[in-house]
Amino acid sequence: MRLLNRTAGRLSRHRRGPLAGLLVLVLGLLLTGGLYAVLAPAQADNTDQDNAALVKEGRELFLVGCAFCHGQNGEGILTQGGSQYGPALTDVGAAAVDFQVGTGRMPMAVPGSQAPRKKVVYNDKEIEALAAYVASLGTGPAVPDADLYDTSSPGDLNGDGTEDEKDRDLLVTRGSQIFLANCTACHNFEGSGGAMPRGGFAPKIRGVDSKHIYEAMLTGPQSMDTFSDGNIPPEDKKAVIAYLETLDKSPSYSGFTFGGLGPVSEGIIAWLCGLGLLVGFAVWIAAHTTRTSKQKDEA
Amino acid sequence: MSVDVSKVAKTNGTEPATTSGAPKAAGAIANWADERLGLGTAMKKNLRKVFPDHWSFMLGEIALWSFVVLLLTGVFLTLWFDPSMTEVQYNGSYDPLRGVHMSSAMASTLDISFDVRGGLLMRQMHHWAAMIFIASMMIHMLRVYLTGAFRKPRELNWVIGTLLLLLGTIEGFTGYSLPDDLLSGTGVRAADGFMKASPVVGSYMSFFLFGGEFPGDSIIPRFYAMHILLIPGILLALVAAHMLLLVYHKHTQWPGPGRTEENVVGYPMLPVYMAKAGGFFFIVFGTIALMGGLFSINPVWKLGPYDPSKVTAGSQPDWYMGWPDGLLRIIPPWETHIWGITVSWNIMLPILVAPPLMLMVLMVLPFLEAWITGDKREHHLLQRPRNAPTRTGIMAGLMTFYGLAWAAGGNDIIAIKMHLSINQITYFMRGAVIIGPIIAFFIARRWCISLQRHDEGKLLHGYESGVLVRSPDGGYAEKHLPLPEADAYRLTARDADPTPESVDEIEESGHQVGRRRIRARLQALFFADNVQNPTAEEIEEASHHAEHELHELESQIAAGPNRHGPTED
Amino acid sequence: MSDTSTPDQQAPEPGTALETAGPIPDPGLPAHTWRPTDVDPAKERRAERQVAALFGLSALCTVAFLVAYFTLDVGDDWHVVGGFGASSMALGVTLGLALMLIGIGVIHWARKLMGDHEIVEMRHSARSSDEDREGTLQALDDGLEESGIGRRPLIRNSLLGAVGLLGLPAVVLLRDLGPLPGKKLYHTIWGDGTADAPMRIVRDGIWTPILASDLEIGDLVNCQPDALMNPQRYGIDPSEVEGVNLQVHKSKASLVLLRMDPGDIIPGKAADGGSRDNWTVDGIVAYSKICTHVGCPISLNERTTHHLLCPCHQSTFDLADSGKVVFGPAGRPLPQLPIKVDEQGYLVARSDFDEPVGPSFWERDYYER
Repeated sequence: MRLLNRTAGRLSRHRRGPLAGLLVLVLGLLLTGGLYAVLAPAQADNTDQDNAALVKEGRELFLVGCAFCHGQNGEGILTQGGSQYGPALTDVGAAAVDFQVGTGRMPMAVPGSQAPRKKVVYNDKEIEALAAYVASLGTGPAVPDADLYDTSSPGDLNGDGTEDEKDRDLLVTRGSQIFLANCTACHNFEGSGGAMPRGGFAPKIRGVDSKHIYEAMLTGPQSMDTFSDGNIPPEDKKAVIAYLETLDKSPSYSGFTFGGLGPVSEGIIAWLCGLGLLVGFAVWIAAHTTRTSKQKDEA
Repeated sequence: MSVDVSKVAKTNGTEPATTSGAPKAAGAIANWADERLGLGTAMKKNLRKVFPDHWSFMLGEIALWSFVVLLLTGVFLTLWFDPSMTEVQYNGSYDPLRGVHMSSAMASTLDISFDVRGGLLMRQMHHWAAMIFIASMMIHMLRVYLTGAFRKPRELNWVIGTLLLLLGTIEGFTGYSLPDDLLSGTGVRAADGFMKASPVVGSYMSFFLFGGEFPGDSIIPRFYAMHILLIPGILLALVAAHMLLLVYHKHTQWPGPGRTEENVVGYPMLPVYMAKAGGFFFIVFGTIALMGGLFSINPVWKLGPYDPSKVTAGSQPDWYMGWPDGLLRIIPPWETHIWGITVSWNIMLPILVAPPLMLMVLMVLPFLEAWITGDKREHHLLQRPRNAPTRTGIMAGLMTFYGLAWAAGGNDIIAIKMHLSINQITYFMRGAVIIGPIIAFFIARRWCISLQRHDEGKLLHGYESGVLVRSPDGGYAEKHLPLPEADAYRLTARDADPTPESVDEIEESGHQVGRRRIRARLQALFFADNVQNPTAEEIEEASHHAEHELHELESQIAAGPNRHGPTED
Repeated sequence: MSDTSTPDQQAPEPGTALETAGPIPDPGLPAHTWRPTDVDPAKERRAERQVAALFGLSALCTVAFLVAYFTLDVGDDWHVVGGFGASSMALGVTLGLALMLIGIGVIHWARKLMGDHEIVEMRHSARSSDEDREGTLQALDDGLEESGIGRRPLIRNSLLGAVGLLGLPAVVLLRDLGPLPGKKLYHTIWGDGTADAPMRIVRDGIWTPILASDLEIGDLVNCQPDALMNPQRYGIDPSEVEGVNLQVHKSKASLVLLRMDPGDIIPGKAADGGSRDNWTVDGIVAYSKICTHVGCPISLNERTTHHLLCPCHQSTFDLADSGKVVFGPAGRPLPQLPIKVDEQGYLVARSDFDEPVGPSFWERDYYER
């Protein structure tokens, strides 16, 4: 426009149209952006990058973000008092890293009794690299394949030759019983979480990615027990995941659940909402009503 | 006979029959009933019976109306519930549990929730009503205690009330255990553990109640019989007795202008009180219905049927059993093994000793206070809590104990919601349940006394009017205005405290010396520091003094350059 | 003196409260003031309309309830609105409002329109009048005199004895409420099995036996005895483990297996003084799942410390130290089940627990098992 043309010099200024400068600017931006998009190194899908490169990248990320607590080679660090600062990662496996970093628990912001779930710091590619590096340090479960936790393929549980809704229902029912036998003691019947000793806690497991649930069962993060495939077989892990998905998708038939914590929250609501409302009404009922200084005209 | 409804012959006697037009319909019905029931006599006094009006008098009504709601919703539930522990395979509409083995009680509860329209609503209404029933009984009890309404002649009503509270609690426990779900079943398991821990007969009691070894198949049907027949029967009888006594003694009232120990001032039963109480019934019913529809309670389908090998985190009983559960959590692991017997103090103390002890203490409070104060008169005027500081302090202490134990029962929820260590909470509570009540007693008592002093200040010096005046010397003063007569009367309509017997008097009389000495000392402690009414002379003098001060202040203002009105220039 | 005090209060004894008149005389009932609805006919009609509107609204809500009842489905296909099951919520809200609005309407009517003059009614002493008392006492005296019970101690005492004795049938009739405990609380279904079938440990809910090599360090397995699924294998009658009997067995036989580093295990002693060294398999320990406090099942294990926490009252047991109580109200350590592997490598029980499982009871230490 006028400004751009003004700087072009006294002669040139009148030879260009009013929009010329703007057009050049836009063309320049498009050219730069396009060139960048075409020529810049790709950061997306790197499936053909070989594992060694992944491990190397993971090591670099590890040294920056994890080694301070877990040691330069993932050997773990003890405090001066002899207690654990960051545990050894030599046998935790890629699944553990995928879970911990993928749910944001790691890197831990402050040391404490337990790492809470928080904002995820690394992107998927970086998590894959870190997982590959830690897997290279020793043994440990690999990141599970999607068909292990994908509940849309429940298997032919009722033996009728097809995999359909009826099989999924059976999977869910079976999952409910396994969930109640193994998980609710810590995580509560709604998956709302529960208390553990000395400030630890079993977190809320609702609205969690199926892959992460599988990995948590497999690797036993923090002070959770492991539920290895020898403890709960893979198909039964899938059943538990199917049940949790059903809980997430089910409507709330009975109304607001107040966190699904059971009788404690119900008692609080009874006192605060129930009694509170009723005592409020009682105060209204017996309150003095408006008065007037006028007198009534007696007939 | 003074009533002459019509001239049609009504008796077989000698009275002649005459016709003089048909009586009006309502009159005819009333007549029919009266000739059989003598309603005219019974209802004469009660139709315009006077009830005083105050919001705190309606707390017991919340309990009464929620009890009615419990009866109504309860009857609904009995039409579908199957109180049997026979094992069935669930085949109803809730998919995730289809095919699961469970007791018939649980299966019928699921049917009520999912296959009966309005069933889930009624179940939830019933449960919320139970919570409100017991909660309202508690705040009603607090109100009655803190205002001294339990004094003669109402001590028996107080005892009936504590029994109602106890029965309500047991009724609630048996009720929520009926669906045989995981949470309530865990509670029943704990109850079995409590029984087993009882001295000598523990295991026998356990086997007798459960009809064999836990869990057996008799407990749900037996709880059912208790829940729908035995306890409601006793509850109804006690509620009726409670109401009868209330009607006979008439309700207490707050002191005030025109209100004495000999009268009741308020509104008549018909129409005002009936309208207010009846309207309140609908409000309580409606609130419970709203809660039943909007707020989830006890979602048994997510808990699943009871299985002795399964449990959920956050296993608590319903709130009204929270305080013994809390004591049970914080008690140290005291168990004695001696001569082949096991004495489980860690269970006996919180469950078999503390609740009956608490009940005894509650029941005995009126009689204890009557003995200490030596007050044998009837009381129909209420006392403000601040005017009985020791009594209020005692209840503050009891409430603190109750509240801390109750919080201890939710220690795992507190731990996860407030990010605390469950172990530290337990250690804290162990000390707090002992020290807390003592601190609360002292604080509440001193608070009452200082409120009394404030009242005395208002009587003698007037109330703070909020108008500040500055004297020519620069000092600020607040104008105090005398209390209106009605308020002043209200503040002073209280009895003087007795002077305890002196040691000499007791020694002289020579009988029951020990007892009377203890009583005199307790009486002195009970009324210690209690602020008495100022005498009439003191009030006179104080008002003269106040008037004088006011004149002085105003003359100073008029004389000097400071005025509190708009300046003239 | 007012007549609400008892006669023995006319001269109060020392140490009793006095009823004194306060320093300020009773100003009497305040004059009645009118409400706007009493003096202004327009306001009165408005209040009437408000009350009627509330009742009308309630009627509408009742109609809405009926509509909701017949149109919103339950059963296999609940209507869902906003993530909530529609039927229960709609029925609750409409019913609740219908009821509340009637209540609010009636109260509004009472507060604004009904006569609100305060009325005074005199009380009466709770005590009956002296003549009533005289009459009653006289009647009692006459009646008792005519019965002669005072003069006939023989009749009186034998009557008391006979009636008192009738209390016994009332108690005795309850004897068949349940069987005597006997030795039932001392044993579980665990044992060493039969000669060719040691009692296998199986996964709870999955019912497959467990190879020792299946488990990794940190695994916590919730288990049951195989006898609950395959009773005949162990010479047990199938009806013994069906229905209610299954629940009874589960209430004692539920088990947790935990695999830890063998070096973490602190050697313990059995009840008879022997060692517990052969009770574990390669760091795999087996403990009763039933808490020794009041019997809740426990499976909250803190893997890093192998502390097992009960959710009911937070009793905590150290599974590396013979189930010792490290926190909480439980008075006794958790019973440990001695285990070994059978020929195929499956984990099996060596014997039953060496002490009764579950909550304490009075005679627990008394009898020989």
